Amino acid sequence: MRKLAGDFEKPIAEIEDQLEQLSALPPTEEVTEKLEGLKKKLRKVCQEVYSHLKPWERYLVARHPERPYTLDFILLLFEDFVEMHGDRKFSDDHSIVGGLACYKGEPIVVVGHEKGRNTREKIYRNFGMAQPEGYRKALRIMRLAEKFHRPVITFIDTSGAYPGIGAEERGQAEAIAFNLREMSRLQTPIIVVVTGEGGSGGALAIGVGDRILMLEFAVYSVISPEGCAAILWKNQEKKEEAAENLKVSAHDLKRFNLIDEIVPEPLGGAHRDHTEAARILDEHLYRNLQELKEVPINDLLKQRYDKFRRMGVFEKEIR
Amino acid sequence: MEWFKKKRKPREPIGERRLKVPDGLWLKCENCQAIVYKEEILRNSKVCPKCNYHFRISAQDRLRALFDDGKYEIIDDNIRSCDPLMFKDTKKYKERLKESEEKTGFSEAVVTAVGEVGKIPVIISAMEYNFMGGSMGSVVGEKITRAIELALERRMPLIVVCSSGGARMQEGVFSLMQMAKISSALARLDEAGIPYISILADPTTGGVAASFGMLGDLNISEPKALVGFAGPRVIEQTIHQELPPGFQRAEFLLEHGMIDMIVERKELKSVLVNCLRFMTPNQ
Ligand SMILES: [Zn+2]
Repeated sequence: MRKLAGDFEKPIAEIEDQLEQLSALPPTEEVTEKLEGLKKKLRKVCQEVYSHLKPWERYLVARHPERPYTLDFILLLFEDFVEMHGDRKFSDDHSIVGGLACYKGEPIVVVGHEKGRNTREKIYRNFGMAQPEGYRKALRIMRLAEKFHRPVITFIDTSGAYPGIGAEERGQAEAIAFNLREMSRLQTPIIVVVTGEGGSGGALAIGVGDRILMLEFAVYSVISPEGCAAILWKNQEKKEEAAENLKVSAHDLKRFNLIDEIVPEPLGGAHRDHTEAARILDEHLYRNLQELKEVPINDLLKQRYDKFRRMGVFEKEIR
Repeated sequence: MEWFKKKRKPREPIGERRLKVPDGLWLKCENCQAIVYKEEILRNSKVCPKCNYHFRISAQDRLRALFDDGKYEIIDDNIRSCDPLMFKDTKKYKERLKESEEKTGFSEAVVTAVGEVGKIPVIISAMEYNFMGGSMGSVVGEKITRAIELALERRMPLIVVCSSGGARMQEGVFSLMQMAKISSALARLDEAGIPYISILADPTTGGVAASFGMLGDLNISEPKALVGFAGPRVIEQTIHQELPPGFQRAEFLLEHGMIDMIVERKELKSVLVNCLRFMTPNQ
């Protein structure tokens, strides 16, 4: 049985269970007919549930343990992936993966957070929470893309930069700041895809680019709802209220012009169908890449600057 | 020159959090608990004469202390935060803004001014910690970006005095993106060969440290200032371990190679003048 993202998925899971049991039976005419009926019902219920997700429920979907991760997308979208390791300064951070790959015959560079699937992998990947060496590795790989005039694709999926003693000793703040500055002037096209959880500065550290795409049920936020609730409400239990206030959904961010495109997900979320999720993303990714390749590099850098320059809302006081 | 037209006296800040002044002439140092004559602390750049504790000071006191003869022109003072997310926690964001404005006399958590430091024309943006913890929303991001762009346009050195808990939660991803916006502008300043000095005052954490805070040609910290990415409490809760003494303090950062120097407040101006002379064309 599939793990539930949350209680809101119960009506979906019930039908999925019935479907599973039914399809184990010999395919008589009666069974086939019932199967068809159930599938129709499943689509309807999925549609219904997923079109009314509350902000906190979106977090649960974005953090679903079966959500496609960076390595899944790399396998499904690219060929000949050659993974690169290490920041050449301190160590190899396993919470960020990256390297060279081929996308529809074209060499590209890919970098992304990797959360890890089971307990052993999660520990190995530090739950996708990078330390300075992770961000420095990411930039080293992106610099290679610049050197060989290859586009960069980054996948964002992290709850945030790792809060630890070593991370602070080695300059977590500096590593993130440095990436922001250097990505803003990296002389090659950059496409950023928020695939799961866009957790604050740890996400943005590989998130400065020419196009920012975001999966339909991904979230992007300045702070986790739990963290926000703890600080502003002095009560972690207020995370649902915090999530609501923070406006973390792809639709909110598109409305605010903070992202460029929403990438639809398969019915019932990307965790239900990795292949279909990758297929839809493929369409968006490829089109954007072709568009960016046409832009002369100086125009591209100017547009990248202007894109972030415009972000922010304020009132002008009339005196 | 447009910014000279907008002459306006900055309003006096009403309260200061860490330097509590009881009625009368004496006050108690929060660090060493000594009772000190108030005049003595004020004369001493708001540094405790007993333990050298650097109290947080207002943006206005910063500007006065750094610019020659305490003279400067405030610029970009006409933009205000609005509430794009319609954020409400235990209080409405709009109310918090209003309270901060009344408490500090400033309209936002940063003040930018133009003047001279050691006769060198300089732009200084000083953050105001008492305004919502010095947090960075759209206005702080915009004002610092404008300061960078002005520095670029006039080829003037830029100094930012940081004091902030990080990005402002009440403006969500708008706040987060100010980090990218400012860092992009700093890339241009860097390419143009214009000096940028980051002064890290207590505290500088989160998205402010992880953008313009750590990107100075020189990163200079005040003694014992707390500087880091994650807050100490968050780290403690994550690793279930007590933090070593002095963790994330300026001395710790110096030891780990993250800042160039620790400078006492009363020495700051003369150090800045020396550095600026090195970084600007011969007069
Ligand atoms: Zn003292």
